Amino acid sequence: MTAVPDIEFRAVTKRYGAVTAVSGIDLAIPPSAFVALLGPSGCGKTTCLRMIGGFEQPSEGQVLIRGRDMAGTPPYRRPVNMVFQQYALFPHLDVEENISYGLRQARPRLSSREIALRAGEALSMVQLAGYGRRKIHELSGGQQQRVALARALVNKPAVLLLDEPLAALDKKLRTDMQIELQNLQREIGITFVLVTHDQEEALSMSDFVCVMNGGRVVQLGQPSEIYDEPADLFVADFVGKTNLLSGKVAGLSGDLVDVALADGTVIAARKRVPLSRGEAVSVSLRPESLRLSAPGSGAFKGIVRNRIFLGSTAEYAIEVQGIGSLLAKADHVMGQGNLFKPGEPVAIGFAAGAPLAFPHANNNGTNQREDQHAEILS
Amino acid sequence: MRAFVVAVFAFLYLPIALVVLFSFNAGHHASEFTGFSAQWYGKALSNPFLVEALKNSLFIATTSALLAAFCGTAAALGLQRVGTRTRALFDALLGAAIVVPGVVIGISTLVALVQLFAVVNPFLASLWPTDQPPRLSLGYGSIIAAHGLFSMALVTMIVGTRLSSLDRNLVEASSDLYATPLTTFRSIVLPQIMPAIIAGFLLAFTFSFDDFIIAFFVAGAQTTLPIYVFASIRRGVTPEINAIATIVLCASVLLVLLAQWQLGRRKPSP
Repeated sequence: MTAVPDIEFRAVTKRYGAVTAVSGIDLAIPPSAFVALLGPSGCGKTTCLRMIGGFEQPSEGQVLIRGRDMAGTPPYRRPVNMVFQQYALFPHLDVEENISYGLRQARPRLSSREIALRAGEALSMVQLAGYGRRKIHELSGGQQQRVALARALVNKPAVLLLDEPLAALDKKLRTDMQIELQNLQREIGITFVLVTHDQEEALSMSDFVCVMNGGRVVQLGQPSEIYDEPADLFVADFVGKTNLLSGKVAGLSGDLVDVALADGTVIAARKRVPLSRGEAVSVSLRPESLRLSAPGSGAFKGIVRNRIFLGSTAEYAIEVQGIGSLLAKADHVMGQGNLFKPGEPVAIGFAAGAPLAFPHANNNGTNQREDQHAEILS
Repeated sequence: MRAFVVAVFAFLYLPIALVVLFSFNAGHHASEFTGFSAQWYGKALSNPFLVEALKNSLFIATTSALLAAFCGTAAALGLQRVGTRTRALFDALLGAAIVVPGVVIGISTLVALVQLFAVVNPFLASLWPTDQPPRLSLGYGSIIAAHGLFSMALVTMIVGTRLSSLDRNLVEASSDLYATPLTTFRSIVLPQIMPAIIAGFLLAFTFSFDDFIIAFFVAGAQTTLPIYVFASIRRGVTPEINAIATIVLCASVLLVLLAQWQLGRRKPSP
């Protein structure tokens, strides 16, 4: 990559006492992109964001903004702005005073005409023109969110940091804001770094998703890559819904492995990391890659336990002898009323290449404990 | 139970109501009411000794309250940054300062000051080039110091409570928006804690203005209003005293109400 990344982490570690919140992260966030830091609570994503903002200092390693090492640079000298989780609007100032707060700190001073002009532009940008003299407590949650956004963007930062900005909004408002944030990012063209634990939000909004777990970056890629080609079992399970089937490696052939499942069925799965014969593995099968048909063909036979009809799709919970319950998702085509009913036997097939095999011996257990520690601290 | 409550409140407030009533007494005696008149207010305010005592009290109360508000706020801000153990220790000491009886504070301050003067005055004299060295003695300074010290604990507690409910994110947001720590303090922290500082000042003022016990010990030759009232009572309770008491009562109630109102203002939103 020739362009200087907007944000770069070099071997960054952050410890709080004995607890390591972030361990040895290397990360380059490409310019003008919408990037989501995604992970369960306590995975270190907020700590990473706070290290970019300057509210935390790395215990080891470097954080660079546009190629400049930020060690020892306080938050008020960094060319980034943050939208805080609870917005952190100044309650004793009105909307306009909140938005122009950053502009008033500029040295040499900006003329009051320019400050008013830019604050007005920022207000229109978030569709709050005319709200300048309102008090903060007179605004709804969604409006406060927009003020927080305008207050950060009015300073034209190199990077906008968003700390779970949509968590406090209701679902309808959240969807609207997701679209609005995407549009804003495209219009302004600066890098947005969004911290979220909501995988749907991360997939739907961002150009790149950085999945974190236990203080490490597990995978960085485009949303479709993360979903289709998860780097490990954690990503496969955390991002989207999936069926996880345990089994043992029965044979190896190139990129594929034959996995013997608990019920004796052998299926071919792609592998992401080297596996050896006899190794315990988990096979991930996305619900939408399963094909349901009348009994007689397919890899598994099962009985429909539950059906949720969602209009364009239908979700089935299917009990498979010796394997357990599988979740299947089928597109619904109008007129073809071939919905399976609960209690009905079905055959389950899947597209070749859909199953992915991951080593079972994942250190998830230890990570979980670390997560809880980090969560207490964050 | 109800009768008991009525009795308690009657016992508390009836004497005060009587004082207010008798301050408007037309007669010369505090025990028999002979008609309404505001003459004792005029008499009280034209008594030069009383006016002198009132001026002293106002000066001492203002100065000691300013001192307490400033030092107390500084202490509360400083205590934000110490470890939890130091913090707990200081909180306990502050609480203790408030519950220690006035007599104990008065006598211990007196002893401490006298000891201090005994050391400092000869030392000053030995340094002074002329024959009339300045001598530290009890008076304005010692009352202001004693009151200020006590009220400072009060202000520290009030401002400290407000500070701990201040959203840390606001400080971070200000810092994120290019404000230096000094600007953040001026434009974000100070406006948020100002009601608490003003309330602290008003309570400190009220305390100092009303205080008799501590002032009595450390006043030296000075007279404050409560000391004057105490001294004149020995010559008999006159409606003049009642008039003064009513003025002090009204001023105190007003200030405390003002302090309450300040504390209730602009509660940081959750």
